[in-house]
Amino acid sequence: MYATSYHRASSVGEAVNLRSSQEEGRYISGGMTLIATMKQRLAAPSNLIDLRHIGELKGISVEGRAVRIGAATPHADVAGSAALRAVCPAICNLAGMIGDPHVRHMGTIGGSVANNDPAADYPSAVLALNATVITDRREIAADDFFVGMFETALEEAEMITAIRFEAPERAGYAKFANPASRYALTGVFVAKFTSGVRVAVTGAGANGVFRVPEMEAALAASWSPESVAGVSVDPGMLMSDMHATSEYRANLVRVMAKRAVQAS
Amino acid sequence: MAKVTLTVNGRTMSGECDDRTLLVHFIREKLGLTGTHVGCDTTQCGACVVHMDGRSVKSCSILAVQASGSTVTTIEGIAAQGELHPVQAAFNQHHGLQCGFCTPGMVMTAVDMIARHGGALDEATVRHELEGNICRCTGYHNIVKAVLSANEEMHGAARQAAE
Repeated sequence: MYATSYHRASSVGEAVNLRSSQEEGRYISGGMTLIATMKQRLAAPSNLIDLRHIGELKGISVEGRAVRIGAATPHADVAGSAALRAVCPAICNLAGMIGDPHVRHMGTIGGSVANNDPAADYPSAVLALNATVITDRREIAADDFFVGMFETALEEAEMITAIRFEAPERAGYAKFANPASRYALTGVFVAKFTSGVRVAVTGAGANGVFRVPEMEAALAASWSPESVAGVSVDPGMLMSDMHATSEYRANLVRVMAKRAVQAS
Repeated sequence: MAKVTLTVNGRTMSGECDDRTLLVHFIREKLGLTGTHVGCDTTQCGACVVHMDGRSVKSCSILAVQASGSTVTTIEGIAAQGELHPVQAAFNQHHGLQCGFCTPGMVMTAVDMIARHGGALDEATVRHELEGNICRCTGYHNIVKAVLSANEEMHGAARQAAE
């Protein structure tokens, strides 16, 4: 790891000021991706601004169907929240599938969403749940947030402070995990609202997380695993790598979609 | 250089290190507690698991400066008054190790797992919960037996005390 300078922020304002005044600075929350990346020298931020000690970024609130998850809330807390499980168990189940128990104690929802790894779990939930990404300066709709692989609508020094959504009537998540890394080789999150259905796929898209309108229409007509069985995804828009070809991933999208509906 | 202060196994300990120093290296090289191991160094094998503020974490993937101010428990800190912790005793009794390299991480993981599940552990849960810890010798069977046995010992004893 290259040398870096560490700064611990105690408020959102302080963190944004620190980050804005540092060239080559990066926010660090749980660090479960960033530290590993720095160790490989694939990232070399000159300054790290630690968000883990900012109280206002932590915690889950559920009021009726309105859910708000603080950006620095670890995956283990999302997985273990009884209040959240009562209205949207699918996101608790998703959080419980990330990495391993030790990683879930450190990694955070804000870090995962800001990083937008094409194989991370949370982006599919944020997109399928039509969530709002709240930052230190504005609110961004999920449809506008995820721009591409590791790319988001976040501006320089902009920080996610919370994720907000209305709990759906039903939702489910299923993933085919890479057996070594636990990242999603393909993961599908399905959510049914009174206004319609949203289906988001992670791990498979050549351009990161994406929605599948044909599956959304099929599930809106009939919410059952059989509805998505006949919908195929064009392998041309999917990733192909040492783990799986794009054709294999296209099949996984269909299979995981069926399982996600089954799990809802 | 940064000054890092931790409460380790009940004692306040300080040391100076680079901002980029990993917690596991700080624990081993600055504090001299070499029970915590570095296995893969890539967040996968779990040999470096310690407890930070009561939760199991991989100390190879946390900077020492990130941990500063926290309470850390390492494998050296779980045996009370020279008596093996029930999880250590169970690993001994059930031969839950061969070479022993992964054992500190396995034991710290088991202690955390048993605490979180409050006695409600079955074999499938134990195997699933061990997904962040890799053992290249045992095939896991005796590790799983040891964790289940320690769970019974710890929670069985608590149930008896309550009766």
